[in-house]
Amino acid sequence: MVTESAHEFETQDLLLNVGPQHPSTHGVFRMVMQVDGEVVRDIIPYIGYLHRGAEKLCETMDYRQGIGFMDRTEYLAAFNAELSYVMAVEKLAELEVPDRAQWIRMILVELNRLASHLMFMGAFGIDVGVFGTPFIYAWREREAIIDLFEEISGDRMMYAYFRPGGLAWDVPTNFVARTREVLTAVNQGIADFDGLLTKNEIFVARTQGIGYVSAADAIDFGMSGPSIRASGVPLDVRREEPYLKYDEIKWDVITEQDGDVYARYLCRLGEMRESVKIVQQCLERLQPGAIMPEKMPRMLRTPPGEVYIRTEAPRGEFGVYLVSKGGNRPYRLKVRSACLSNLQALKHMSVGQYVADAIIVLGSIDIVLSEVDR
Amino acid sequence: MRGIAKSMMTTLSVFLRPPVTRDYPNVHKALPERDRAFPLLLWDQEIDEPFCTGCHACERACPVECMTVLMKDNPNHKSVGGNSSRRKIIDKFWIDYARCMRCNICVEVCNFDAIAMNNTWSGHETSVHDRKDLVMDLQQLTTQSHSGQIKEWVPVLGKANEEPTS
Ligand code: SF4
Ligand code: SF4
Repeated sequence: MVTESAHEFETQDLLLNVGPQHPSTHGVFRMVMQVDGEVVRDIIPYIGYLHRGAEKLCETMDYRQGIGFMDRTEYLAAFNAELSYVMAVEKLAELEVPDRAQWIRMILVELNRLASHLMFMGAFGIDVGVFGTPFIYAWREREAIIDLFEEISGDRMMYAYFRPGGLAWDVPTNFVARTREVLTAVNQGIADFDGLLTKNEIFVARTQGIGYVSAADAIDFGMSGPSIRASGVPLDVRREEPYLKYDEIKWDVITEQDGDVYARYLCRLGEMRESVKIVQQCLERLQPGAIMPEKMPRMLRTPPGEVYIRTEAPRGEFGVYLVSKGGNRPYRLKVRSACLSNLQALKHMSVGQYVADAIIVLGSIDIVLSEVDR
Repeated sequence: MRGIAKSMMTTLSVFLRPPVTRDYPNVHKALPERDRAFPLLLWDQEIDEPFCTGCHACERACPVECMTVLMKDNPNHKSVGGNSSRRKIIDKFWIDYARCMRCNICVEVCNFDAIAMNNTWSGHETSVHDRKDLVMDLQQLTTQSHSGQIKEWVPVLGKANEEPTS
């Protein structure tokens, strides 16, 4: 990529600090880059600025109280984070979730994936230098989705809507019609992004061939989600270990072969189309029925045991490892965050690239710092 | 160049669509009835006292421990010549809005439907200059319900809708 110029005299590498408060780090992430002119020679990431001890806090709380903290673990896709947690509790407590609750959960997590990917599109657009336009486009449709979430759960980001066993309360009666409306808007938004970025020569020149990671390396780094699928590994928890009702409907795992920043963008764009398809099928299958199992105890207690539940969150595998020694609270809770593993590949992907490219490489793995630091 | 032309066409088509901007501080969008801002105490208009009996259930269930509840004997109870059937009633109540994480748990555990999430804009526009002004006392927590400014939504927990979803 970068051609070495013949130096006439010795030069010294410069240490360049990026973050923690820098818009391109998507939160409070700090990295120290060792740069030789414009070329990155090394990256040392520093994490932990957003550490709140969410895992430890959950150990002092009963299962319902923990849900609010899970929301805050992954604030761009809170439904997905809640889902892993409540599924872990359900598995421990051997609760049977009614069908209707499962379909509604599936609709909500897929809509949340759409909202999260829209956020990625907007922020990534700014990273590559398309100033403002994609961000505002993304906001427009994300707003529609979030308004829908607000009508259902009452909150725009921290939903606290899933409960071990099902849902806290039922969706509004106009849920299906409203969701269809939102899907129409989102379809338009996807088409806009496609038109704005996918074929745009400037965008392609800026992103193609940057931040390459091979399939083997991606697996070694423990990457997951769209970041690994862009390297040609068809790894999707929804397909590998179907949870909810993913095995009953038709959808495709989107993969790209190139493993670069552009492939990761294409992968997310394709995934958004799949999510729309999934939600449409779920809406057709949604039947009236119970949303909670009969005979739920007032205070949920679990038998001793341990479970690991993983689900496919927008950024990859979101796992919850839960140990119980009986009683109404976890003995140990560990969140397996996709972002943390994806971030490991940052140095591998950016060394040898220009400084400006390192920024879009970071943008392309779509980190959420609250999930990395927890 | 074809791609750039397509981008331009996209932006042009968006330019011709109606604007989506909300003129926020001047125009407030209608909030859904389920909107959750911060918890408020509800007022029993019939007997003219709060519904809350000070039973501490919400205080114990709050994940961030932002509530403080004190109860007292109800001076308006039937046994002392009043018209209320509540033997105990709330004496002092504080909620620290700065700590509340709006999780709705206090509403779920209350057996008397005495507490609800504020679903009006007043619950969202709570900025103050001093953090301790966010600690709300009983009077501040009940005025909105007392004066009939909120129409609360009390969730039906874990029950499916009676009407079909469409
Ligand atoms: S909403 Fe949650 S955090 Fe706030 S007072 Fe109620 S229980 Fe506590
Ligand atoms: S609000 Fe409800 S739960 Fe809380 S103290 Fe009053 S009556 Fe008890």
